[in-house]
Amino acid sequence: MKTGILRALAISTALFSATAAEAHRQWMLPSSTVLSGQSSWVTVDAAVSNDLFYFEHQPVRLGNVKAWAPDGSEVALQNASTGRYRSTFDVELKQQGTYKIANAGGGIFGSYKENGEEKRLPRGASAADIEKLIPAGATDVKLSESWSRNEIFVTLGAPTASVLKPSGKGLELVPVTHPNDLVSGEAATFQFVIDGKPAAGVEIEVVPGGIRYRDQLGQMDLKTDAEGKVTITWPNPGLYWVNAEASDKNVSVKGAEQRRLGYVSTLEVLAP
Amino acid sequence: MQLSTRIVMTGAAFAGLAGPAAAQSIDLTVTIPRLSVAEYHRPYVAIWLEKAGAPAKTLAVWYDHDMKDNEGTKWLRDVRQWWRASGRGLTFPADGITGATKAPGTHKVSFGADALGKLEAGDYTLLVEAAREAGGRELVKLPFSWPPKPGQAASATGSEELGAVSATFKR
Repeated sequence: MKTGILRALAISTALFSATAAEAHRQWMLPSSTVLSGQSSWVTVDAAVSNDLFYFEHQPVRLGNVKAWAPDGSEVALQNASTGRYRSTFDVELKQQGTYKIANAGGGIFGSYKENGEEKRLPRGASAADIEKLIPAGATDVKLSESWSRNEIFVTLGAPTASVLKPSGKGLELVPVTHPNDLVSGEAATFQFVIDGKPAAGVEIEVVPGGIRYRDQLGQMDLKTDAEGKVTITWPNPGLYWVNAEASDKNVSVKGAEQRRLGYVSTLEVLAP
Repeated sequence: MQLSTRIVMTGAAFAGLAGPAAAQSIDLTVTIPRLSVAEYHRPYVAIWLEKAGAPAKTLAVWYDHDMKDNEGTKWLRDVRQWWRASGRGLTFPADGITGATKAPGTHKVSFGADALGKLEAGDYTLLVEAAREAGGRELVKLPFSWPPKPGQAASATGSEELGAVSATFKR
């Protein structure tokens, strides 16, 4: 029973916040990142799992997933479907340039004591519900808020930069090297920002895909410098899961003590 | 002696301005190997020039240029090094650059002043990259310097998707 609760918590954390290191990895995986032609399509799989990039745990719910064309306009997801282990959808690429597909969202986590018994807020709680969810007379109320972003990039034709501008909310990656211009053996530099400002000292985890077929995780643990920048030299071609986490006190929810921030991307590195 | 040198140089400069009269050219021979595979498609081939510090210059692309709705462009990105260096910045079909895929065998292609444009003096690489649907991909490089010395040539041989590749350079 206890295990069941812990598992449920782990799942809720993973689904709601891409940051949860103790839980599973959330990811989106595009069928291609570098495309040619007058128009094209990508299919994207979205899942939460242990191994990268295999569907073996939970689908990513698509409610907050959006796509943007190179001119900044929003593009509809097509053929969206959520199965037992993964969600999938298509995006039609009609413009030349770089598209962004992102799943951004946040939530409230918290606990309180009622009659001496510790209780947790339900999964998916929103800030507006807090007053309803915490009974009068509750003690030891602890609240934290989260905001996380899981995004990928695909490029038809030559890479463009318009969709790479950060939204200014939460933890984001600002490319110095274009995320669809990555080649093994070359160094790529990315800047991480929190609310649009350079984020120093953020821990970045980079894990190559294909975990199922090797013994060691092979992850690279990096940290952003004073300008929020990190440089990654790709050891091999392939898919990489990039995960960054941070926390601060810049809360927007009344009573919250901490804001937990997460950023996830899947990057494809081509052979030279 | 000095006078005659000056006259010769003036003549050369004039010829250079006139362009085509200078007969500058790269004559290239590309061998596409005959492969015994169950499913064979002619490779996409890109031929281009690189020079450090200058944008790459595509000289030729052989692809399925005559498919309905220009669908053959979908696989241009599989010629991946060329795609990154130059291809992704072009629109297709590209005049004087794009052509049909070629059958296995030896193909001669000549790039004259119109194709080469004005080449600054320096060290160049002529690159030939082939990518085959449901098959492999290979890149062959021929370094050369420009302007070429009389009789200057370069050659290299691929091992899978390209056979012998050779070029002579004239100016």
